[in-house]
Amino acid sequence: MEITSQNFKDCSKTALLNEELQSALQKSRSGFVDKRKVAVDELEEFEVLRERAVSIKNHVLANLDQYLTQFENSVTQAGGKVHWASTTEQGVKIIQDICLKADAKFVTKGKSMISEEMELNQALEELGMDVVETDLGEYIIQLAEEHPSHIIAPAIHMTRNQITDLFYEHHAKYGIDERVEEVATIVNEARTVLREQFVRADVGITGSNFLVADSGSSVLVTNEGNGDLTSALPKVQIITASIEKVVPTYKDLSVFLRLLGRSATGQEMSAYTSIYSGPAQTEDMDGPDEFHVVMLDNGRSKMLAGEFWEMLRCIRCGACMNHCPVYQSVGGHAYGWVYPGPMGSVWTPLLVGLKNAANLPNACTLNGRCEEVCPVKIPLPKLLRSLRAQLFERGLVDWKSRMGLKFWAILSQHPLMYRTTIKIGAMYLKAMGRRRGSIRKLPFAGGWTDARDFPAATGGSFVSKWNSRRSS
Amino acid sequence: MPKSSNVLETVGLFATCLVDLVRPEVGFATASLLENAGFKVDVPQSQTCCGQPLFNNGDLSGTKKIAMRFFDVFEAYDYIVVPSGSCAATVILHYPEIFEKNPTQLKRAKAIASRTYELTQFLTKVTDFETDSEFHSNCTYHDSCSGNRELGIYREPRKLLSKVNGVKLTECEESSACCGFGGTFCVKYPEISVRIAQEKVQNIERTRARTLLGGDLGCLLNIAGLLRRGNSQVQVLHLAEVLSGHGNVPGIGRSKQKLS
Repeated sequence: MEITSQNFKDCSKTALLNEELQSALQKSRSGFVDKRKVAVDELEEFEVLRERAVSIKNHVLANLDQYLTQFENSVTQAGGKVHWASTTEQGVKIIQDICLKADAKFVTKGKSMISEEMELNQALEELGMDVVETDLGEYIIQLAEEHPSHIIAPAIHMTRNQITDLFYEHHAKYGIDERVEEVATIVNEARTVLREQFVRADVGITGSNFLVADSGSSVLVTNEGNGDLTSALPKVQIITASIEKVVPTYKDLSVFLRLLGRSATGQEMSAYTSIYSGPAQTEDMDGPDEFHVVMLDNGRSKMLAGEFWEMLRCIRCGACMNHCPVYQSVGGHAYGWVYPGPMGSVWTPLLVGLKNAANLPNACTLNGRCEEVCPVKIPLPKLLRSLRAQLFERGLVDWKSRMGLKFWAILSQHPLMYRTTIKIGAMYLKAMGRRRGSIRKLPFAGGWTDARDFPAATGGSFVSKWNSRRSS
Repeated sequence: MPKSSNVLETVGLFATCLVDLVRPEVGFATASLLENAGFKVDVPQSQTCCGQPLFNNGDLSGTKKIAMRFFDVFEAYDYIVVPSGSCAATVILHYPEIFEKNPTQLKRAKAIASRTYELTQFLTKVTDFETDSEFHSNCTYHDSCSGNRELGIYREPRKLLSKVNGVKLTECEESSACCGFGGTFCVKYPEISVRIAQEKVQNIERTRARTLLGGDLGCLLNIAGLLRRGNSQVQVLHLAEVLSGHGNVPGIGRSKQKLS
């Protein structure tokens, strides 16, 4: 996927003017936030669970090699195979090879952000395979030829009308010529179309929310049940995962499951929690013959070694973006890569390079709500600030900002100069808005005064006035 | 000289650059609240900015220099009081953070941090605030992000306001949601900033309150600026002005002529 994070400014301006997008965002906003609040308030031990989750993740991250080895051994013992991919290219190659070996013509897919990182669909289609997304949101954006705009609700940027049009256009080939407009009928139509696909698939690929080291299980939470049909029906099952998803035991898993649903959608638990532990055994009536877990690194082990390691606690609940005023204003696509919102603004520069995403760490008011709702207490504002410090150090800050900061730094270290500047500034800001009490147009501050007034100064520097009154 | 109960403790008032520049009234109101609580107030002339704009924009070496100046200027005081949550948070939380690897400065940072208070926290934790101030208005309150989420301020301003005669407080929805100011964010991403502020203003107007109060001038300038552009009748004041009995002045961004 082309990285367009550097265009954040322009994309966000377009997004603010996109009426369909704004209406979709408006609808989703209160849903996520209110439901989460109710669910969290109802669970007395939520804070205790958060603490527990942080300590489990920290422990795992400090002993990651050990748990990954344990996970691999468990999977192997169960008859499956773990593949290690340092880069997305390696990941793609591994999956292509598995599909080619299985002589796959048709692949079904559950939702997987790791496969978005790898641009997997495109890579399989290049080999002549048909790929169908089976998560409703993913299916919709696949039809629209777009990318997810949210990590758990990929089509959240679209309105019902747009989806109606999309289905009408694309489902004609299945003999469906009715326009479906109600949510229930839209879902039903998708179900009808997708049911056919599940049975046909040669390979099923799903993502993974957690990997349990001691049992070699991969855990997937969904609300649609598409994950089960995608993974259980085809002869070959592939799970895309990344190295930070491992937890030691089922007992640890339970902590995260209780946090995830509540933080993500305000559900006590998602509708389906599926646990996959290897290929079908002889006594099983059903299940895949082959079981593959493709484990992607793609910069994560480097992240683990540096100051941003806490980001690897992330369990992809999406609470940070649901509570982010910037994300809620512009939606996910403006962020220009796979992961949007606060977690994406840290993750993206670390994975694709700071230079390619320098805009993202700055696109944040540092209001701290993301950290407040993060179930694993990732200090997102602190990490974003650290990225800003790297930008500053590496000279990736534009010259105007740099000059401004330099000026302010010098001023702040020279009290006499500072005091004079404040006095002149106060005089100027008073004169400019004398009549109205506020300024409608302030030279060199168009950013502020294009859409809001700048309140006029009421006169004089406080510090100077106070001291001259006291001395007189 | 050892301290005895009849020697007044001295508060160093850190005015913040925005109060110093745009609304000295907030500084005077803060000082009068502190004096009424029985403290000697000093406003050191050599104070400048806390360095937050540099810190938030990644200039750590610049921030460190400014922080050390801050120590020089304010180290001597018994308390340091700041009429702003975000500037107070810079001193209390972030100065110790940036000197993590410098034991000498870290010691100073921690010592200063332990004596620095945001105004409402100082009035509720260190003093027994009582007042006979009056302010007859239906008010609503904006909880600034730094004050609320970094320093945990929520009950303090409400408790203080409950002691002012005539104040009727109507809570607005999402009172602790960001107003879109975000320091330099508001000029770097003005369109997004305004969009966020619009949300805030809608929630404020839905309360039908006549006055919006808050503890951070940055947010208040932003909100008042948008209210003013939309010809809203809502007046915006810093909490200190109302607590000290100086609330009957033209609100932020309003002129005397308009007050009738």
